[in-house]
Amino acid sequence: MNESARALAPSAPLARGPNDYKSDVKPVWCPGCGDFGVVNALAKAMAKMALDPKDVAVVSGIGCSSRIPAYMSSYGFHGVHGRALAAGTGLKIARPDLTVIVTGGDGDGYSIGGNHFLHACRRNVDMTYIVMDNRVYGMTKGQASPTTEPDWDSKLSPDGTGLREFQPLVVALASGANFIARGFTGDPNGLAALIEQAMHHPGFSFLEVLSPCVTFRPEQKEWKKMVRPDAFRTTAEVPRAARRLLRDTGFDLGVLFAGGRAPYAPRGPRALRTPADLEARFAL
Amino acid sequence: MTAGNMLLEAAAHAGYYALMTRSSGPQIRGGEAAAMLRIACHPVECMADRFDVLAAVDWENVQRFKAEIPLWAQSLVIGDPDQGAPPQVFLQGGAMHAELPLKKLAKAVPEGRANMVLLGTVAALLGLPDDAVARAVEKTLGKRPAALAPSLAAVAAGRAAAAGIERRFALAEPPAMRTSRWLLTGNEAAGYGAIKGGVRFVAAYPITPATELLEWMSPALAEVGGTLVQAEDELASINMAIGGSYGGVPSLTATSGPGLSLMVESLGLAVAAEIPLVVVDVMRVGPSTGIPTKSEQGDLNIAVHGLHGDAPHLVLAPNSVADCLGTTQWAVQLAEALQTPAIVLSDQFLGQARSVVDRPADLADGPGRVVAAAGATDYRRYAVTPDGISPMAIPGTAGLAYTADGLEHAERGTPSSQAADHFAQLDKRRGKLESWDYGEQWADVEGDPAADFAVVTFGSCTGPVREGLARAAQDGLGARLVSLRLLAPLPAGRLAGALAGASRVLVVEQNHSAQLYKYLRAECDLPGRVTSLHRAGALQFQPGEIHRHLLEWSRA
Repeated sequence: MNESARALAPSAPLARGPNDYKSDVKPVWCPGCGDFGVVNALAKAMAKMALDPKDVAVVSGIGCSSRIPAYMSSYGFHGVHGRALAAGTGLKIARPDLTVIVTGGDGDGYSIGGNHFLHACRRNVDMTYIVMDNRVYGMTKGQASPTTEPDWDSKLSPDGTGLREFQPLVVALASGANFIARGFTGDPNGLAALIEQAMHHPGFSFLEVLSPCVTFRPEQKEWKKMVRPDAFRTTAEVPRAARRLLRDTGFDLGVLFAGGRAPYAPRGPRALRTPADLEARFAL
Repeated sequence: MTAGNMLLEAAAHAGYYALMTRSSGPQIRGGEAAAMLRIACHPVECMADRFDVLAAVDWENVQRFKAEIPLWAQSLVIGDPDQGAPPQVFLQGGAMHAELPLKKLAKAVPEGRANMVLLGTVAALLGLPDDAVARAVEKTLGKRPAALAPSLAAVAAGRAAAAGIERRFALAEPPAMRTSRWLLTGNEAAGYGAIKGGVRFVAAYPITPATELLEWMSPALAEVGGTLVQAEDELASINMAIGGSYGGVPSLTATSGPGLSLMVESLGLAVAAEIPLVVVDVMRVGPSTGIPTKSEQGDLNIAVHGLHGDAPHLVLAPNSVADCLGTTQWAVQLAEALQTPAIVLSDQFLGQARSVVDRPADLADGPGRVVAAAGATDYRRYAVTPDGISPMAIPGTAGLAYTADGLEHAERGTPSSQAADHFAQLDKRRGKLESWDYGEQWADVEGDPAADFAVVTFGSCTGPVREGLARAAQDGLGARLVSLRLLAPLPAGRLAGALAGASRVLVVEQNHSAQLYKYLRAECDLPGRVTSLHRAGALQFQPGEIHRHLLEWSRA
């Protein structure tokens, strides 16, 4: 459905198919990019949940995967590198009626935006964060990211970085994310189901998606043989989830943790007055 | 500090105008601290050249305040002889020293405290009526009734002890209080201005000297249905505010120089994606950590020029404690109407000074954000319109979904790397700011409009400049004053009009590199001979200093 056709659509409930959640903008991604699978899975999940695209905002930072907002038919926000979680947090707190989905890559979320990741997990605002992890900076043409293997050779880091990989699920669990899962773009139905669960779960839901980069990491085409669908058994107990992560292969899929922490809500006394009532604080 | 606040309140209740600033040592809590007050029958926007009374509970480390507390031959220095003699630096100008056994007097009152004794003495010397002082004490200690009676008794003891001290100064009877008056800080005024302007979402990170603005707003926003979030850093706070505003809720963040530096990239996003936003920068001494507790106007350059690319936006500056209200409110109105970020350059002096002011006049409501109506066909978020303002779709509105983008974009909002789209969007974003009618608020223009001499300034320099000019007028030097409230886009045409025919222009500002002077020289043709008076921060200009400079300048 194109823009004008959507505009003419009646606002009464109507059955939308997955394609109704996609825009007519052509993705910049390489043929075979894993991120196409996320667009499809996201659209499928939104259709299954019968969301109205006008009430959904997809928020992102910078990078290949951060292009997603423009490819969806919902509202979108494509901001600066690393700050997607902050923008999404502000949007959701200011507009709690909206469904907010934050998307991005491993560089955007774990490197330049790493601090926001910690605090988004802690803050537990009711939104979903989907990270498309391909263990490489693709938009700048092939540099190591926080999740890149230490010996991966690149022009910027000959012979590799020598650095230990960032552990997103461990960090998310330690920082208080309320829902933690891992999916794979090669399994669109499984991924759609995980996205749906993540969006349903209250609080901050973190979904790490293995999304191969066929251009700079062609060896990742082998991931489809390495993933272990439904390897996680969901728990609501942090210690149990932590123990499970000790034997995580990095390719274990499914929902690791679904906690019961109450989502963020403004605290303190709230009374409804008019701005003019505040003058009493100053008047002599 | 408590006694200083009470004295300020007592003066206010007695019908005086007053201004109080604070200074303290590097300790996080406790240690030496000075409350500096000016009390007058007329509104005051800066400290006077000298203080008439220095009253000290003790003299420990008090030398650190010598530059901030200039005394003269008529000054009175009051101290407890049991705490030693006052440092010579305070007496060398000929000030009279009066001894007051504070600790002993306080001990004679059960639970009595020396600072309350001192409050009573100073209030008596100033001639403040008993009931005004009692009201001030009661207001402060209202939540601790047990402390009230001993405090009032200590105040009375101090008042009695004042009889033994020679009065060397006289405070005229206050004029009858005909106007409604407020007691507030510039930070509180800015916070209230933001709320009056419509701000209902704030995200911010604590930083001196902006923190009190946020602490005032947090409960106040809750009372009017808004929300304040403490972010993890300034990168988050500005992006949260941008997110909130994208969602249709007028949003603000407040910070100081170090935080503004971190926000600059995202300010560019708000320019490119055309998202209204207000950033209050309560300027402090820089660069780097600088002097967090002292004032300076050194952020003008970064506020005006700090963004990469061509990124037209708004920069405004309040020029008094009271004006922090109106200017911040106006900044919200302009940001909303023009869909662009506005930086409000307040400073530590304005933000933290507590002042008795006439209730500021109400500003007319702004036109608000132009919002696109549901169901519009062929909606183009960044449509090129005659005035450059395109209706903004608010998420939740049917049929208007678009992606707000920091990438250069075509009218629909889709990313574009075409030169034609870039040119069109640059022109649109600049045009909307340049074609807007900012009205008479762009500056305070005062003085004889035909005078040969003109002074241009902004922000907290305005108070001492205004007073220095008034004194120069008594010497027969007529001059015009232009205190710029709108710094970007610079209203060059209006400024030229206000300065037309002047043969000499003096630009006054408080920073080390004459940032305003250079900015004005780059942006417009100023008439006649143009000179700069600039001095780095930490100490505010004094009216006498401006007065002397004006006389020398006019003769040069």
